[in-house]
Amino acid sequence: MDDHIDHIDHIAPIVPTAAGPVTRRAALGLSLAAAGAAVLAPPPSRAQAARAPLRIVGPWEIAGLAPASSGHVFTRLQIAETLMDAHDDGTPLPGLAARWRVSDDGLAWRFELRPGARFHDGTAVTADAVARCLRAARTPPALLSQAPIVAIEPDDGAGIVTIRLATPHDGLPSLLAHSSTLVLAPSSYAADGGVRAIVGSGPYRAVVVEPPQRVATVVFEGWDGPRPAIERVEYLCASRPETRALMAESGQADLAYGLDPVSLARLRRRGRVRIAAVTLPRTVIVKVNAGLKQLADVRVRRALSLSIDRAGIARALLRDPDLAATQLFPPTLAGWHYPALAPLTHDPAAAARLLTEAGWHAGADGLLDPNGQPLRLALRTFVDRPELPVIATALQAQWREAGIAVRVAIGNSGDVPIGHRDGSLQLALAARNYATVPDPTGTLAQDFGPKGGDWGAMGWHDDGLTRALDELRRGRPTPERAAVLRERVAAALQEGLPVIPVAWYRQQVALGDRIDGVSLDPLERSYRLTRMRWRA
Amino acid sequence: MKPTTLSHSPWLRLLLRRLFQLVALALLVGTVCFFMARALPGDMATRIAAGRYGYDLVSNAAADAVRAELGLDRPVGLALLHWWGDIARFHLGVSLVTGAAVWAEIAHALGRTLLLSAVALAIGAGLGLPLGIWSGLHAGGWVDRVVLVMAVALRALPSFLLAVLLMVGVAVRLGALPVAGGDAAGSVLLPALTLGLGLAAGLARVTRGALHEVARSPSYEFARTKGLSDRQALVHHGLRQAAVPVVTYLGLQAVFLIEGALVVETLFAWPGIGHELVHAVFGRDVPMIQGAALCMGLLFVLFNLGVDAICLALDPRRRAGGAR
Repeated sequence: MDDHIDHIDHIAPIVPTAAGPVTRRAALGLSLAAAGAAVLAPPPSRAQAARAPLRIVGPWEIAGLAPASSGHVFTRLQIAETLMDAHDDGTPLPGLAARWRVSDDGLAWRFELRPGARFHDGTAVTADAVARCLRAARTPPALLSQAPIVAIEPDDGAGIVTIRLATPHDGLPSLLAHSSTLVLAPSSYAADGGVRAIVGSGPYRAVVVEPPQRVATVVFEGWDGPRPAIERVEYLCASRPETRALMAESGQADLAYGLDPVSLARLRRRGRVRIAAVTLPRTVIVKVNAGLKQLADVRVRRALSLSIDRAGIARALLRDPDLAATQLFPPTLAGWHYPALAPLTHDPAAAARLLTEAGWHAGADGLLDPNGQPLRLALRTFVDRPELPVIATALQAQWREAGIAVRVAIGNSGDVPIGHRDGSLQLALAARNYATVPDPTGTLAQDFGPKGGDWGAMGWHDDGLTRALDELRRGRPTPERAAVLRERVAAALQEGLPVIPVAWYRQQVALGDRIDGVSLDPLERSYRLTRMRWRA
Repeated sequence: MKPTTLSHSPWLRLLLRRLFQLVALALLVGTVCFFMARALPGDMATRIAAGRYGYDLVSNAAADAVRAELGLDRPVGLALLHWWGDIARFHLGVSLVTGAAVWAEIAHALGRTLLLSAVALAIGAGLGLPLGIWSGLHAGGWVDRVVLVMAVALRALPSFLLAVLLMVGVAVRLGALPVAGGDAAGSVLLPALTLGLGLAAGLARVTRGALHEVARSPSYEFARTKGLSDRQALVHHGLRQAAVPVVTYLGLQAVFLIEGALVVETLFAWPGIGHELVHAVFGRDVPMIQGAALCMGLLFVLFNLGVDAICLALDPRRRAGGAR
């Protein structure tokens, strides 16, 4: 296979070098190989001239720039602020508003803005700018429309925003802590009123906003509070929980939110990353149509609840035995969770007794009513939260042992409100967050009002509960009276079981070894970046 | 040689055929997509509202507001006519969930997917072609057998399993590359490797087959008889002959790379078109679904055009007026 030198002469000129003749072909081959090696070679690991930014990875996408749909992204990264903040237990804290006062008749709220607050484009935070954002936040579907707001009056000179209500509403500071009411500079808005840039007033300013996946921020020099220790932060959205867990394990992410139980078990076993946890005010509930004649009897609902092995579901499916719900509100909702309430238990014998009392007797193939009709129900659920279909299957098996035939229909989250409206819903499994707004009263009034709610009671109401919620919202009770009212609400829900609680939720976050000072927010309003610092 | 008139030029015939296919495909894909999007289960307005605001905050009032805003109550026939008009004017509309222009979002996402596919193609060709050529020329040798075993193993491995294995092995254990994401330096390498390894496996086998045929063909034998060495005969005569089936295979695989990289894109959080399309389907973002499906269909036709053109250039028999 040796080359015939004369033949090669016609095709490839020979470049004479000291080492010997090099054909053009060989030279081309070498340069291609070098180029290939350069492209395929791994990049140099992060250059440490400046420390690499703090990287947060989570499942939440950035769906556009509108505050109503992606406000939570920007408030969590502390790019934009809301008028009010909140403690872990929901009590209001000052946000952009340094002080607030309510008039004696409860119809006028005055919010005084922080004097040193500035937007990221250098302009001062004015009452006009705040009022504009609040008015935009009232366009339906808006959380702010829960409050009967009549007018929003800015007083630019004094930096005060006054909100006038039609009737007293104690939950207004809570509503103003929701991310849809965040405050942006006038320069963020385009001529048609849409948001075209995120110019907020928080300690970090946005450098890159690439929907749907990435946001990069840097410290805002004009921030009027203490300068944060972390200079640059990046948020990345990764939709698979396994990917997020691997990113935490490899060190690519310093904070990884939204991990699945299997990855968590693996991370704990390997011991390379720390796991921080906080219980969230979210509960997995079974919404019951109490208007159906089979479910109208409270004994049947209680029997359904007694047949559920919550400890088993929490241990096997959620990999966390503490998440078995004993009542509707988890311990993190300190004002609403009452340890003294008789807990929900797993007692199949008691369930059988209750069903017999309610008129159902055991037939060959399950429970039958006096006319011989079997007890058959349909349970709707959806896949937005991956654990829901699995829990639905477990519930189906547990209810089958009690003699109740339940068919599971996995569809869309929209099936539940629609089924509520047209009355076709029988049972639905969902996860309901009671502190979307720090004070749950508004959400509870929506869910358990006289006519029930899309995600709450259906065909059931309790006058005592309605009156208690009303007084909490409008009556401006003293703290002691409020505690009594809240206990009444919790007890009524535990007795009547319009929704059957199954399990609570825990937010588990994998922490890298570069950072310290991480505290998790149970209300999921902020990553609390200003409290974090680098590990020396 | 007889002069090639307009109707006889093979290039023009090819172009005209593909152009006609383009128009027909645009109409067909657009219409089918339209009906399929409307046939998806569940109420569209509620689903769109859930995509925008989170399902927690979606009530019937919210869904009604979305329905009114987007005019989802229009009769189907009217909406279809509007859609045909939009296609004709290249108006892809605005995303129902984010409010941004569909065209801009698709261009961005498609650009990322094309980058991923290009790197995957380079890796696949870089690994598969040399191995295939060597195996083809030394059929039955140990390289041939090893490549066969590796190819079967790689093709049998599902792409998500390969992806996770690479993530755990390369990114976590060795720390050499980032696990996921689209922005860090070198973050294209792991997903491209996942796709490229599977491609290399198939390509090696196809190339091996083609080279094996060529090495046994009379024209190759004649070249050796002429006095050319093995290498000269291969490079000047054999490769061109073997290139036609290989190019056809690569062309098909390139399309599968672009349109089937969905699982890999989701796992590696690579912001490509597959990822966008799945999110659009979940969120009932009808303009995005229709726009993305249309673009991918057109891409398919363009790729076929490219492959046909290359084959036409390579194989003189096709140019001589179909005397094959």
